[in-house]
Amino acid sequence: MSATTGTRRRAGVRAPGRGTAHVVVGVGVLYALLPLLWLLLASTVDAEALFASRFLDLSDFALLDNVRALLREGDGVYLKWYANSLLYAVGGAAVGALLSTAAGYVFDKFEFTGKGPLFALVLVSVMVPATVLALPMYLLASELGLVNTVWSVLIPVLFNPFGVYLGRMFSASYVPDEVLEAARVDGAGELRSFFSVGLRMLAPGFVTVFLFQLTTIWNNFFLPLVMLSDEDLYPLSLGLYSWNATASINPDYYPLMVVGSLLALLPLVVAFLLLQRYWRSGLTAGSVK
Amino acid sequence: MRPVTRAARTAPATGPAHTATGPAGTAPPPRRSQRLATGVLLGPFVLLLLTVFVVPTLYAVYLSFFSTTHSGLGFGNAETVFAGARNYAAVLSDPSFTRGVGVTLLYALVFLPAVVAGALALALLFDSGLVRARRLSQTVLFVPHAVPGIIGTVIWLYLYTPGISPVVGFLDDVDVRVDFFALHMLVPSLVNIALWSGLGYTTVIFFAALRAIPHELVEAAAIDGAGPVRTALTIKVPLIRATLATVVIFTTIGALQLFTEPMLLSKATPLIGPRFTPNMYIFDAAFTRNNYGLAAAASVLLLAVCCLLSFAVTRGTTRRKKVRP
Repeated sequence: MSATTGTRRRAGVRAPGRGTAHVVVGVGVLYALLPLLWLLLASTVDAEALFASRFLDLSDFALLDNVRALLREGDGVYLKWYANSLLYAVGGAAVGALLSTAAGYVFDKFEFTGKGPLFALVLVSVMVPATVLALPMYLLASELGLVNTVWSVLIPVLFNPFGVYLGRMFSASYVPDEVLEAARVDGAGELRSFFSVGLRMLAPGFVTVFLFQLTTIWNNFFLPLVMLSDEDLYPLSLGLYSWNATASINPDYYPLMVVGSLLALLPLVVAFLLLQRYWRSGLTAGSVK
Repeated sequence: MRPVTRAARTAPATGPAHTATGPAGTAPPPRRSQRLATGVLLGPFVLLLLTVFVVPTLYAVYLSFFSTTHSGLGFGNAETVFAGARNYAAVLSDPSFTRGVGVTLLYALVFLPAVVAGALALALLFDSGLVRARRLSQTVLFVPHAVPGIIGTVIWLYLYTPGISPVVGFLDDVDVRVDFFALHMLVPSLVNIALWSGLGYTTVIFFAALRAIPHELVEAAAIDGAGPVRTALTIKVPLIRATLATVVIFTTIGALQLFTEPMLLSKATPLIGPRFTPNMYIFDAAFTRNNYGLAAAASVLLLAVCCLLSFAVTRGTTRRKKVRP
């Protein structure tokens, strides 16, 4: 249906090519969407309909019952996990992104001894798998008596070397040196220039770093698995993991898992859809040289 | 601190890109204010770098050379003794570790071509102007990446599980029996989860790189009579090879870290044991068997492989660039 207008716009490309292109992209889009659609539909029906894959019968509609059951389970432990995830992810990303942006700014604007090697170390640490460091970090945390506390999860997630890399690139492109020079002439100290001039110009970059870090922390699974044993401190990822282990023995947990998963992915998907341009700028800045 | 000479400015930048416009040219010698700002703004991050990265890395290396033995009946004092390379030898000669390495390599070997080819095809189609609703399609393709890995895995785990999955149910109805947890299906089942989550993300990265190609080059090829497919394969793809290499490194390093997906799937099938991948091996050694030396040695080996890989691939691409300026 779109082929006629298309061929007019771009002569030389025949309709079959356009048709094939649409089929390929269409398959990709369905592949991305259908599993999520299943999760959405599965959350709205009762257990019996879930196991029978009967999603379109209105008499099976039980979304509110499912949510109520989810919130009731284990004296409202799901809400506790949700609050923990929010604390770790929003708190960690806010502080972490500020530290990364500030560090990136320093790497871009100031000269100091050891700058080159230090930045190389930052780049190396981007490459290192987090899981490699889990054991030594666990042992260090247990020496300090931090294991099974909020801090054992919150402190390591603040470290975001990729954010420093992004911060440096954003600083180079968003904060012109002339502006800082003008602030210097006006007699502003470097610290004041950063907070009153630099940080304001870096705001879009800060949001990008914040979003990337928010996602990483929300998805974080290995670190809490290693550090936490108290169920009340679990983030959603670890809580759902523990429920999943139960579900293979007790099928009553499947409906809880389904609706719990749906609610757990909503904040990130909404944040992504609302703040798309920041995601894009981070992806392109990070990968296109 | 040091004024930038002309030689320094004209020489090809050896440092990271995008810093050439730095203030070095205009900056006066650092004043006390600048030193203070460097300390305040960079200090917290450097502290994190030390406590969360440098110290744990060194500690892992240290641990890998020691082993702890419990004398007596387990009540006696734990004794830590220098083990030399014994932990490394133990890891490398452990069949469950080498099998895990094999599984991971097979996984990477299937996943890497699938995600690169799929994303490249989609990105080239988006770039060709053949596709309508380009922006919307890209957004939808990207959404799985915003889904937390553990939840994406749960969704697919249930779509693989007979009795709850509409897919298995439907295939059953048309008399096709697929057991997603059968031995030969384990790697494809894992690859599919990673592909679902990574395809759109990788497409967006490739697409951004394709957009950065100068128009003249593509137009010149068209004038020379190259069709869209030939232009794509002989002009566009070679021009984004730096991005391709970056994606390959990061995807490989990601593949080597395979952990969450098999951990979740191991609850559904006994074929996935507790040491199915190197990362699961490390976790099992450290927290189930409490053999810290063994776990640390395996960690250091994994770390070394990651560093080697990124080094090899970055060097490979820079060399190729020099050959063909």
